[in-house]
Amino acid sequence: MGDIVRIHQMLGEHPFLGELPESVLETLAGCASNCMFAADSIIFRDGQPAQHFYLLRYGTVSLEIRSPGREALLIDTLYDGDVLGWSWLLPPYRWNMDAHAMTVVRALAFDAACLRSKAEADPALGYELYRRFVPVMGRRLMAARMQLADLYARPVKACR
Amino acid sequence: MSTAAADPGLWLPRPYRVSRCKRELSDTFTLELLPADGEAMPAFRPGQFNMLYAFGLGEVPISISGDPDAIGPLVHTIRAVGPVTEAMRALQPADEIGVRGPFGSHWPVADAEGMDLVIVAGGVGLAPLRPAIYHALRHRRRYGRVCVFYGARTPDDILFKTELKRWRGEFDMLVEVTVDRATRDWAGKVGVVTRLVEGGGYDPLHTVALMCGPEVMMRYTSRALEARGVARERMYLSLERNMKCAVGLCGHCQFGPHFVCKDGPVFRLDAIESLLAVDEL
Ligand SMILES: Cc1cc2nc3c(=O)[nH]c(=O)nc-3n(C[C@H](O)[C@H](O)[C@H](O)COP(=O)(O)OP(=O)(O)OC[C@H]3O[C@@H](n4cnc5c(N)ncnc54)[C@H](O)[C@@H]3O)c2cc1C
Ligand code: FES
Repeated sequence: MGDIVRIHQMLGEHPFLGELPESVLETLAGCASNCMFAADSIIFRDGQPAQHFYLLRYGTVSLEIRSPGREALLIDTLYDGDVLGWSWLLPPYRWNMDAHAMTVVRALAFDAACLRSKAEADPALGYELYRRFVPVMGRRLMAARMQLADLYARPVKACR
Repeated sequence: MSTAAADPGLWLPRPYRVSRCKRELSDTFTLELLPADGEAMPAFRPGQFNMLYAFGLGEVPISISGDPDAIGPLVHTIRAVGPVTEAMRALQPADEIGVRGPFGSHWPVADAEGMDLVIVAGGVGLAPLRPAIYHALRHRRRYGRVCVFYGARTPDDILFKTELKRWRGEFDMLVEVTVDRATRDWAGKVGVVTRLVEGGGYDPLHTVALMCGPEVMMRYTSRALEARGVARERMYLSLERNMKCAVGLCGHCQFGPHFVCKDGPVFRLDAIESLLAVDEL
């Protein structure tokens, strides 16, 4: 019981869930658990089922792409206050990258199946979740495009 | 003809000698120059540029990257991208180079007094902003918070690394660096520079923002600043266009109704934003 109260409190303090009504926080708390990852451990791997998402409370997580014979390529780093993972929202519910704990990481983990079923049953909850995840997805998409454009690369003469 | 254009000193390159060349990155270097005739150098304002002439090859506009208040050589930081800048990379101490200038508008460091200063740079765009940073550090108490947000391609492409560390450690200044990609030996931030802007650390209602880097980066940065509440009239950016005369006569640098050499390179965002429209990424 104490744990649920504590999780409820931590949810209320996390910037990603700011200004959510108490009743919604309570529903979310039912799908959440407190978790920790050791420094230099893998939180999830590309291709694995996306069964959770995480609200980071402490530490640094890198999002990485691996390809055979090459070092892991870091393309994003996430910190306290960030949300980790949105593949749990979209079929086929599989991670598209690796997430690596660069330091000790403390987070709130959400059971994706639990949340999806609650959101199905309660459209207002589903709306609140999408309202928070869509801007995150938009920002990450824009960042990926900017990185893909390789803006700081040496200029190449345009062909005419 | 404007008085500036009539001044022969602005038409004829004055010979300078290289006093020091410093390799900054694999393709980027800093030249320190002193007048060959030993006479005084003209003063400059942060954000202004000179036309540097590699004898027999050509002339290119390069921003001044040194301290506007320091007595010492004229400092330029250059990325070798083509024939003229490649030739400049090969210069050695005592070699000669022609200099015309300084030209153009400047960062509004005096008007920004009393405000928070948010300086956003991408790639070699940190060089034209460095004089503004020096100015802010020298007159630190005249500003509110001072933030430097810098984005580079990889950790190996971070310009002025030692200085960035020093600014972060020694001064009351928020210095955040991010790279577009890295491997695990990099312990810093990875992601685009707009993420740093989104992270805050300044008071949007009392902020003047200075930006320099690729135009696409500056467009997205201005949107991120606006989303946080910084007014467009308080955002400034430095533009680059091909130049020839640098005194507003030849039309080479024309940008809509503006000449970048004379009206720029530093513009207030709202004066030019309609012209900045390029295809969406
Ligand atoms: C006001 C102003 C200030 C500048 N300040 C600096 C500075 O501080 N440091 C610095 O390294 N450069 C600066 N530049 C850019 C510099 O002038 C050019 O890189 C230089 O003219 C290239 O000349 P080049 O003969 O070596 O190469 P070019 O053969 O002229 O160009 C080689 C390649 O670089 C591309 N290129 C040329 N100029 C630019 C540009 N401005 N932006 C993007 N791509 C370009 C060309 O399309 C071509 O693909 C500045 C430009 C302006 C207008
Ligand atoms: S370079 Fe000639 S008008 Fe600007």
